[in-house]
Amino acid sequence: MAIDLKVNGVVQQVDPPVGRTLAESLREDLGLTGTKVACGEGHCGACTVQLDGLPVLSCITLVHTVGDREVTTIEGLRDHPLIDAFVRTDALQCGFCTPGQIVSAAALVAAEPEPSVERVRHAMAGNLCRCGAYPRIEEAVLTWRD
Amino acid sequence: MARLIRTEKEVEGRYTEQWVVVDEDEAIDQWPQGPGAVVGRSAPRLDGYERARGQAAYTADLALPGMLHAAVLRSPFARARVKKIDLAPARKAPGVLGAVGPGDVHVLTDEPGFHGAPVAAVAADSPAAARRALDLIDVEWEELEPLLDPEEAIRQGSLIEDERIYDRGDAGAGFAEADVIVEGEYRTQTVVHNAMETHQSVCRWEGDTLEVYISTQYIWGIRDAVAAKLGLPQDQVRVVCNFMGGGFGAKNGPGDYTYIAIALASQTGRPVRCALTRREENLAAGNRNSTIQRLRAGARADGTLTALEGDFVNAVGWDGWSGPTYGPMEMLYACDNVHTRSNGAKLNLPPNAAFRAPGFVEGTFGLECLLDELASRLELDPLELRTRNHADADLVDGRPYSSKNLLECYRRAEPHWARRDEVRARSHGTWRYGVGLASQIWYGGGGPPSYAWVRIGSDGRATVITAMQDIGTGTRTAMAQIAAEELGLPLERVRVTLGDSARGPYASISAGSSTTPSMGPAVRAAAADAARQIIEIAAQRHHLEERVLSLKDGRVVSADGGSWPIEEITGLLDDAQILGKGARGPNPTGMRVLTFGIQVADVAVDVETGEVRVERIAAIHDIGRVINPLGARSQVEGGIIQGIGHTLSEERLVDPRTGTVLTQTLDAYKLPTIADVPEMVVELLDIPDEHLTNLGSKGLGEPPIIPTAAAIVNAIRDATGAEVHTLPVTREEMLRALAEARERAKLEAAPA
Repeated sequence: MAIDLKVNGVVQQVDPPVGRTLAESLREDLGLTGTKVACGEGHCGACTVQLDGLPVLSCITLVHTVGDREVTTIEGLRDHPLIDAFVRTDALQCGFCTPGQIVSAAALVAAEPEPSVERVRHAMAGNLCRCGAYPRIEEAVLTWRD
Repeated sequence: MARLIRTEKEVEGRYTEQWVVVDEDEAIDQWPQGPGAVVGRSAPRLDGYERARGQAAYTADLALPGMLHAAVLRSPFARARVKKIDLAPARKAPGVLGAVGPGDVHVLTDEPGFHGAPVAAVAADSPAAARRALDLIDVEWEELEPLLDPEEAIRQGSLIEDERIYDRGDAGAGFAEADVIVEGEYRTQTVVHNAMETHQSVCRWEGDTLEVYISTQYIWGIRDAVAAKLGLPQDQVRVVCNFMGGGFGAKNGPGDYTYIAIALASQTGRPVRCALTRREENLAAGNRNSTIQRLRAGARADGTLTALEGDFVNAVGWDGWSGPTYGPMEMLYACDNVHTRSNGAKLNLPPNAAFRAPGFVEGTFGLECLLDELASRLELDPLELRTRNHADADLVDGRPYSSKNLLECYRRAEPHWARRDEVRARSHGTWRYGVGLASQIWYGGGGPPSYAWVRIGSDGRATVITAMQDIGTGTRTAMAQIAAEELGLPLERVRVTLGDSARGPYASISAGSSTTPSMGPAVRAAAADAARQIIEIAAQRHHLEERVLSLKDGRVVSADGGSWPIEEITGLLDDAQILGKGARGPNPTGMRVLTFGIQVADVAVDVETGEVRVERIAAIHDIGRVINPLGARSQVEGGIIQGIGHTLSEERLVDPRTGTVLTQTLDAYKLPTIADVPEMVVELLDIPDEHLTNLGSKGLGEPPIIPTAAAIVNAIRDATGAEVHTLPVTREEMLRALAEARERAKLEAAPA
């Protein structure tokens, strides 16, 4: 069933088979491969995107349930100050979880521009990083406007 | 003239002798200690923006025209026989274009020896179609009794390799001399790498050349292995890995998925992706095997070790290698009498794979916890005990160390160690606080061969070209820094091209903490070769002697005060280019190249619930010259965090009856999160190893994970008196150890 997806401010028509996840549609139908899939079952946060500003796991969100909500992916956040902050603080190593980390962090700082350490840890605890860039991720989110 | 010599090469503690061609050009002196213009100064990753913005194309992101997706049928049993298999129903399924079974590819088996062993595979036009088709494969299994107990396996002679016995001096005599003897049985669990990008390959035939796009730590190893298996000339296999999403030791070889993708690509004439799911990753992509360590240590009253003895059992699995769990016991301390016995059990469990300092992480946990028990019995300060047994030369083969600053690491640990009274005083309610430490030894010298080219255009910009991989450690950036330093260029004028065996020379494996010490010297040599050519050109153009010219701040500088932008010199060439070539030289003859360090942990233990919190870890490591302090700190922090996971939360669980893996998902297998991270203090000595290459740099990937578990467990003992002998320190294990400590205290308090 063809649907309109509003992604990063642009409405695009896609025609995914029933049962396709938002992550698959973004990556395969729209070629937006910045959204990574690392577990495919909602446990790691690598696939995080925003729906109307709220972080959502796109690998367990069916694309047909998105409706009118605005999808924001890492491609829509390329000029976000968090990008600079992540690079400056070395908040990434292999980088595979990084887009999901930044999408989660962007939702946090949009709601709370000056989050406490505790808030950062709470909001980011669903984004796993096997390289262990966590201390720098925390630093990046705390200093995102520097 | 090129000279052929024989040199020693070490990867993950395994030594081989090999021939290497050395350039007879005059050797390049190391830079002075301390930061240069670029090297030794923090630099953000060159590819940071690409990765952060999601623009970096990983193997997982590759979509080749006409590409098919493979799915693999894996054994649901730990041990079974395939009595009958029929692929035909799968072949007829919608979207399916190919299928392979046992006999078609060497990695597919009809006698699976572990849960997850590959049996058959299909290729279809979508991953979903491929998965659906797997269900249609008609298999008749005969389930067989699995062998799961490593000690039973050793009794039965089910071994991965021959038993290893090591003797130095006379351990019996050493124990006879001892005033105090301590012994203990230590156990470590199976842990899984779980890199964020799962193991995967995309394979395509282009004419007579096989292209393998793969998430790998060793581009050239994949090329050689695949070429040998297929009987192809090596350069008819092109291996590409520009960005990869973590490996930690598990991505050194082609794996079953690459051979499956190749077979299906050959069968269908289409490019084929074979990507492991997260569940397959937890079954069939390697792991750090569990160990059983029965250890004894004897010492005189002054703390001098008189004997060490260890019986090590590695529960290797169906395939893999028996790692050096004995290594720390043989290498860390100056003990004249050492006896070790080591066995690797072949079991009906998923094969192991190298995992960040394989063997040494496990062996350091046992040895360093035993040392603290010894210190306690001797009523000696644990740091003092380690200092008294410091090894001044390697005891395994008597060779001197190329450099060793472990005593300086110990000295720098003192302020962290001295805080323990203050930390203990934080105890309140049911919480007890304590401090523990553990020492570290590991390899990390790298070795030849490795090559790099440096190309400089008329615009005075440089490109480092080498077919290495950056597995997330930041080596791309480190190589650019080394070239920039040598060329006197600002970092932003240096790029690095890597990741493609068809577009650069042979480069080292990224394992064994070897990328920087193997590749860095080659890059520096290539940059020096290019710098020499620029100076030759400048000398002729300006009628000066070469010896008065040098490169600095993007300029050719003359001793008489004149200077010209490099691009003015190279600009003379128009489209001509300067090409510098460099090779990694040999390791120092007759020396042991090793890394050292110590970590000090502060922990808090709730004696009522068994909860353990790591509050702080100070890590001090001696890894030679530091190229990029920013990236180096990240490596250390990441290693510690993996060490915390290994100590407290991670464990691959297997059904003890059937041998099937229970923890296949990331909610069942508990990786550390951002909320589990303690305060970390990282100190790197940054003293170049004067005997090692033109850089004096060793590797840093592995050292930081080695002492973490023992430091934490020793802090738990300091806080509570409980002796933890098993990883992970679950609440169950913590409460058991606390109860045991209470019983012990009761007995000791009871009147004789």
